[in-house]
Amino acid sequence: MDYFLELMIGGLTRGSIYALIALGYTMVYGIIELINFAHGEIYMIGAFTALIVASVLTMNGMTGVSVLILASVVAVLYAAAYGFTVEKIAYKPLRQAPRLSPLISAIGMSIFLQNYVMIAQTSDFLPFPDLLPALPFMEPYSHIMGSTELIIVLTTALATAALTFFIKFTKLGKAMRATAQDRHMAMLVGVNVNRVISNTFIVGSALAAIGGVLIASHVGRINFSIGFITGIKAFTAAVLGGIGSIPGAVLGGLVLGWTESFATGYVSSDYEDVFAFCLLVLILIFRPAGLLGRSTVQKV
Amino acid sequence: MKASEEFKKSIFISLWFMLLTFPILVIRVNTIEKVVEWRWRNMAFIGIGSFLLSFVWRRLLSRKERGRQPAETGNVETLPLGRRLLAEPRIYRPALTALALFTIAFPLLFSSYQTNIMTTALIYVMLGLGLNIVVGLAGLLDLGYVAFYAVGAYSYALLNHHFGLGFWTILPVGGLLGALFGILLGFPVLRLRGDYLAIVTLGFGEIIRLILENWNTFSFGPSGIANIPRPGLFGISMTLGEATIYIYYLMVALCLFTIFVVNRLQDSRIGRAWIALREDEVACQAMGIDKTRTKLTAFALGATWAGMVGVIFAAKTTFINPASFTFMESAMILSIVVLGGMGSIAGVILGALILILTPEYLRAFSAYRMLLFGTAMVLMMVFRPQGIVTNIRRVYRFGTRGKESRPAQA
Repeated sequence: MDYFLELMIGGLTRGSIYALIALGYTMVYGIIELINFAHGEIYMIGAFTALIVASVLTMNGMTGVSVLILASVVAVLYAAAYGFTVEKIAYKPLRQAPRLSPLISAIGMSIFLQNYVMIAQTSDFLPFPDLLPALPFMEPYSHIMGSTELIIVLTTALATAALTFFIKFTKLGKAMRATAQDRHMAMLVGVNVNRVISNTFIVGSALAAIGGVLIASHVGRINFSIGFITGIKAFTAAVLGGIGSIPGAVLGGLVLGWTESFATGYVSSDYEDVFAFCLLVLILIFRPAGLLGRSTVQKV
Repeated sequence: MKASEEFKKSIFISLWFMLLTFPILVIRVNTIEKVVEWRWRNMAFIGIGSFLLSFVWRRLLSRKERGRQPAETGNVETLPLGRRLLAEPRIYRPALTALALFTIAFPLLFSSYQTNIMTTALIYVMLGLGLNIVVGLAGLLDLGYVAFYAVGAYSYALLNHHFGLGFWTILPVGGLLGALFGILLGFPVLRLRGDYLAIVTLGFGEIIRLILENWNTFSFGPSGIANIPRPGLFGISMTLGEATIYIYYLMVALCLFTIFVVNRLQDSRIGRAWIALREDEVACQAMGIDKTRTKLTAFALGATWAGMVGVIFAAKTTFINPASFTFMESAMILSIVVLGGMGSIAGVILGALILILTPEYLRAFSAYRMLLFGTAMVLMMVFRPQGIVTNIRRVYRFGTRGKESRPAQA
């Protein structure tokens, strides 16, 4: 039973991170119908920035929670800035192009960002300092759920709630929903569509950076290639839940997290990534609209 | 006034990029020795570089905007100079002969090291032409193309290891197995839209690689398979140098064969169906083209080439392991097709030669190879989506029986 619970919590933690990254995919796809392949790389850059800031701060004698907060804030800001810049360079000039063009451009951007970090930093795995504080009241449950896991799950819940509030009630959130529904109509009623798209990239990237900081301090090491596979999996989560839907992304992330956790726990850990891909293929064949998505009819 | 405004804009952009690249490009932390390395020189490079490049970027973007209008309104007949020169038989015949002679004489003129590199480049030419069927003609973005390449390579290695079958037996078998896997992948994903297809093919490529890596009893795992025999020639034993030259000529012949087939395919009924499918799926179905069958043939035919090239690759290197078949390989083949020009045979050949040979001869750049590929893919899509060599559509003209009657009509 304990083993089952452990896997359950492990899957929940894993799924939370996927959900955080999947939110960025789903928001961008909802608005401009583009798979932002570079999104996983933004997450990696967020983790790297946090690592660099945290290392510099600890070497200058800072400790404790202040390091965590400063590093996370800088990581979020930088990831948002990268997301914004990537959109301006690689996607904005291609708004009118055929669908294949921005997709190839996104793949190019992903390759570029990976190699940029590899050349500028290192191709080795770097140890990531354990920034998350240990919570003493979690001590008796540590064999099932450590304090890191609790923090990850809570942060994700908080971030998702904040995002839902932002999308539902703020002016910008309304503009985002309007643009997602019909870009031209939104333009006609006075929504600055370009700004809305930029903001979507900023918000999505910031969420990915939070995910990056959390997972990096959970796993304890990062390198330039972590973004690729995590990005694909987060995209799987977004498709699983129904792309374009925010609760769908969270649900998809959790389902994927549990699937991986139980499959590696009970079947075999060698094929961890294969399970995720198989799930993706199955979902696309049998329910292409996803768990919470509505199927759309193609109009001519 | 306008110049000063542009100047201000570029200053702002350069400051933005200096800020953006600051943590990753300037700071490097050595966690073991606990020292921070500050590389301020990089920041200066980025500042100056992005300042200058922002001018170029704006200039190119505005040129693209201006270029779009005349193309829409009128004169489409003017061809670029290179194309007009090549249309002239007096020029292209000697050029083609010279190229053929150079290709034949290559191993005699250069060392076996150079020949080896050229063979690698030709392997990528063939892979590019194969992927060109799927991406360029049928417009299906396949990000797992390397899986079929792996299928070919492993089918030679394993069949040879277990049953002792030779290269020439397996070459067609590898192609067939590639086609089989193409259909296997094609069936479930046919209903998917373009961007989902990209992700599923990517996943498929990764699944194949992960299986090869983990299923030790079947594929010998990450350590790979060694001692794969080179292709034979009626049982004549060859030295290493002779074998290199032999494989080179074999590759040249196969490339010519591929070019011939792809060229014929392009103008065939099925080829035109692919192009129609690429342009508009709904309209294409309305014209009575079987969408499923057309897509499946594209997948199968594209995969056939990858399977065959895989067999040659295994025979050439005599050692394969799963590390040769990562997503980066797929991305490289894709960038060959994109850079060269989707749908254009000459473009793909040129793209493969540029992308494979440049890093080999400019060793200083080899660390930046993938970085430049990524950049090139983005820039190409933004500024020249049709690639280096534009694919010219065959156009049917009404009422013109030759060149002399055209001025009269105009």
